[in-house]
Amino acid sequence: MRLIGWAIALAAAGLTPAAAGAQAPTPTQNAAVATPAATEPPAGTAQDATKPDAAQPAIVYGSVGHAIPTRGVGEPDGRKGIQMQVTPIGEEAAAFHNNWLLVLCAIISVFVLILLLVAIVRFRRGANPTPSRNSHNTVIEVVWTLVPVLILVAIAIPSIRLLRHQYTPPPADVTVKVTGHQWYWSYELPDYGVSFDSYMLKEASDPTRQANQRARTDNDGPPLLAVDNRLVIPQGKVVKFIVTADDVIHSFAMPAFWIKQDANPGQLHETWAKVDRPGVYFGQCSELCGARHGFMPIAIEVVPEGQFAQWVGQNGGHMPGAKPAAAAAPAAAAPNAAQSPATQEPATNQAATAQN
Amino acid sequence: MSTTADSLHLQPHEAHDAHHDADHKPGFFTRWFMSTNHKDIGTLYLIFAIIAGIIGGGISGIMRWELMEPGIQVLNKAWPIGAGTANFDEWAHHWNVLITAHGLIMVFFMVMPAMIGGFGNWFVPLMIGAPDMAFPRMNNISFWLLIPAFTLLLGSTFVSGGTGLGAGTGWTVYAPLSTSGSAGPAVDMAIFSLHLAGASSILGAINFITTIFNMRAPGMTLHKMPLFVWSVLVTAFLLLLALPVLAGAITMLLTDRNFGTAFFDASGGGNVVLYQHLFWFFGHPEVYIMILPGFGMVSQIVATFSRKPVFGYLGMAYAMVAIGVIGFVVWAHHMFTTGMSVDEKMYFTAATMIIAVPTGVKIFSWIATMWGGSLTFETPMLWAIGFIFLFTVGGVTGVVLANGGVDNYMHDTYYVVAHFHYVLSLGAVFAIFGGFYYWFPKMSGRMYNEFLGKLHFFTMFIGVNVIFFPMHFLGLDGMPRRIPDYTPAFTEWNRVATIGYMITIAGVAIFFVNLIWSLVAGKKAPANPWGEGATTLEWTLSSPPPFHQYSTLPQID
Repeated sequence: MRLIGWAIALAAAGLTPAAAGAQAPTPTQNAAVATPAATEPPAGTAQDATKPDAAQPAIVYGSVGHAIPTRGVGEPDGRKGIQMQVTPIGEEAAAFHNNWLLVLCAIISVFVLILLLVAIVRFRRGANPTPSRNSHNTVIEVVWTLVPVLILVAIAIPSIRLLRHQYTPPPADVTVKVTGHQWYWSYELPDYGVSFDSYMLKEASDPTRQANQRARTDNDGPPLLAVDNRLVIPQGKVVKFIVTADDVIHSFAMPAFWIKQDANPGQLHETWAKVDRPGVYFGQCSELCGARHGFMPIAIEVVPEGQFAQWVGQNGGHMPGAKPAAAAAPAAAAPNAAQSPATQEPATNQAATAQN
Repeated sequence: MSTTADSLHLQPHEAHDAHHDADHKPGFFTRWFMSTNHKDIGTLYLIFAIIAGIIGGGISGIMRWELMEPGIQVLNKAWPIGAGTANFDEWAHHWNVLITAHGLIMVFFMVMPAMIGGFGNWFVPLMIGAPDMAFPRMNNISFWLLIPAFTLLLGSTFVSGGTGLGAGTGWTVYAPLSTSGSAGPAVDMAIFSLHLAGASSILGAINFITTIFNMRAPGMTLHKMPLFVWSVLVTAFLLLLALPVLAGAITMLLTDRNFGTAFFDASGGGNVVLYQHLFWFFGHPEVYIMILPGFGMVSQIVATFSRKPVFGYLGMAYAMVAIGVIGFVVWAHHMFTTGMSVDEKMYFTAATMIIAVPTGVKIFSWIATMWGGSLTFETPMLWAIGFIFLFTVGGVTGVVLANGGVDNYMHDTYYVVAHFHYVLSLGAVFAIFGGFYYWFPKMSGRMYNEFLGKLHFFTMFIGVNVIFFPMHFLGLDGMPRRIPDYTPAFTEWNRVATIGYMITIAGVAIFFVNLIWSLVAGKKAPANPWGEGATTLEWTLSSPPPFHQYSTLPQID
């Protein structure tokens, strides 16, 4: 640490002025905290431009898009295990982990611990003054090579089955294009004509929150997880997420659905979920994406189909055809959704690079 | 001989060498700044690793302090990096700089220099009966390249890295965050730092391979070499094959950043995932580079204090070879969420699991070595036993993560952080401490304080487990890696982890007290302080060994 201290002193003398020149000459911390809004660099202003929250009507908690989350469901709650799973894949994977992998982990660790303790007690010098000279035993060496192989096969079979299930989704009912940005998500439901951005809600006490930004309440969700505009998807329907990014790599993760898909700029990848339980579910960006990596959460609200249609309508969209979210229309539209952004992607990307 | 297949019959011919050679040491500057002596260079490496370890460990202290409670309470203080800024983005950026620096320092400037440069340099020539390394001058430049490398890395934290000062890309330096996402010279400096550290390691690897193949004493066949020498040999091959790939990948980053190429830029026809393949083709062997010499040291220590030859010597040696070979074909298990095809995922799941087999052979062989032995529990043995258990715990969570379908949930959460700290921070670091206590009498000529050594072990054993075990819970509950602030549900276990850090730091303080006390006032060490179990060649030399050893080569029957 002292070395760092010297290094700092050196750097403070020589290196930092050039880089720090743009900053104010370091007044006391707390005084400066109150005023960053005025000098905030473009990242903040970009957010303001898209978010005139103050102008919007008051939030009615409990209405679609603003359902009140249940404590401990779809959000971390300090438990010592996997979050409650609400998709068939998640239930299969969690059962595989909890009932099989975790048990094996415990058995193997305890087995090794017991062997070590027995060896320590039985073969301590006091108990066994003359060491044996045994250094080979072909039988036991073959056994401890083959038994682990068998255990691994017993893990691999359900593991490969799980992978197969993850990669053979049923036909999609709803397609959502998810785009990661520094540092927010945007969602697009091309078949419904809905698209919007989703930012983290800041605390009322947060000095970086601007006047026109709505503050988080507990009805929105836990701190750092609640967002202003949740993605709403219908209950019991197969939802396909097409995931990409327009600047750096992000990762679209929803623990309660057992999905995590990196959002790679210039690529489209898909993952899917079928959620049977209505509710609000929270996730966080899971690939380091720059400064506010920890501050771009994901919130998905699962609602009955009727409410989904209502949400689509409220967001300026329309249900395809007369039938609400019928299987046929989205299935046909999905390939288009997958292709058209692909051709546009490089162009968007270039623009982003140029700005940087 | 504890770790060789057959008994060697050693001639005690070294005692008189000490008298003439020990006095022919060059002057201070020539000896330490222009050194060509493998023992002195080993000492320099160890000192370097200790300094880097203090810095890297101090950075983890800042991180644990910040994470002790929700909210930003440390990053906004006047730290070296980011002193006096009021900009939230800069605070958050400094967090990324801390995690990046912690990772790079611990991997490239602490574990690798300690294990390969330090213990490898000191004991590979002694153990195979060689007077020195094959290329003493190259050995010197291997060490001295690390100094500018480390300087560049530390210096990068004082220049702009985009959102704030320093390179905030993570130790993996993923594109495009490291290219278009990080303006300013910080990332360039970090990349140059890796180039130099990599060149240093490649030169070192060439030196070890040449030394081990050509400079073994008469009769020291490959199958009689101590397992530590085997481990360094395998490690050297991994370094030689893996590091050039890293060098290529980060050079491509440099040209993407500065010369308008688009290897990793989709808008120019590049591919962001390509960088990850290149990085992890290096990165996965790298984790074995960090642990294999530890395997070797633990084998030496367990055999010595069991007073018994190592069990299944050939199995142990070839298990390391197998781990090294398989280690090159499993890299994409670090990339399960990048959108791989199902076939790729199935292959990498299966291949990764196979590594558990040779690793299991090693664990069980260590226990079998202890079985039937006459065990004493000096400090090095405690670290070795701690290593075996904690490495097992880290190993089984590795098997969980190997499952591509399950990893979806754990990937990039604290579960992964817990896993790799169990194998590295509690594995590699325990092996380093074990090796340090084991060989300290040989290197310094003085005994360490046994009570302080044991106190250090127990304090740190408790401390690191309190830090890292709760991280499994945090990960399973969904806490992502690399975030400076978290939702309040994660508070409890984060606080526990920070308390664990405090315990650990107390343990490290005991280590330094012991180190200084022993260097100043430790008892004079005999040539072999460990008794009949210590049968490798270094124990036939005086403690410390003569400046030039083996002027008559030992003969191994």
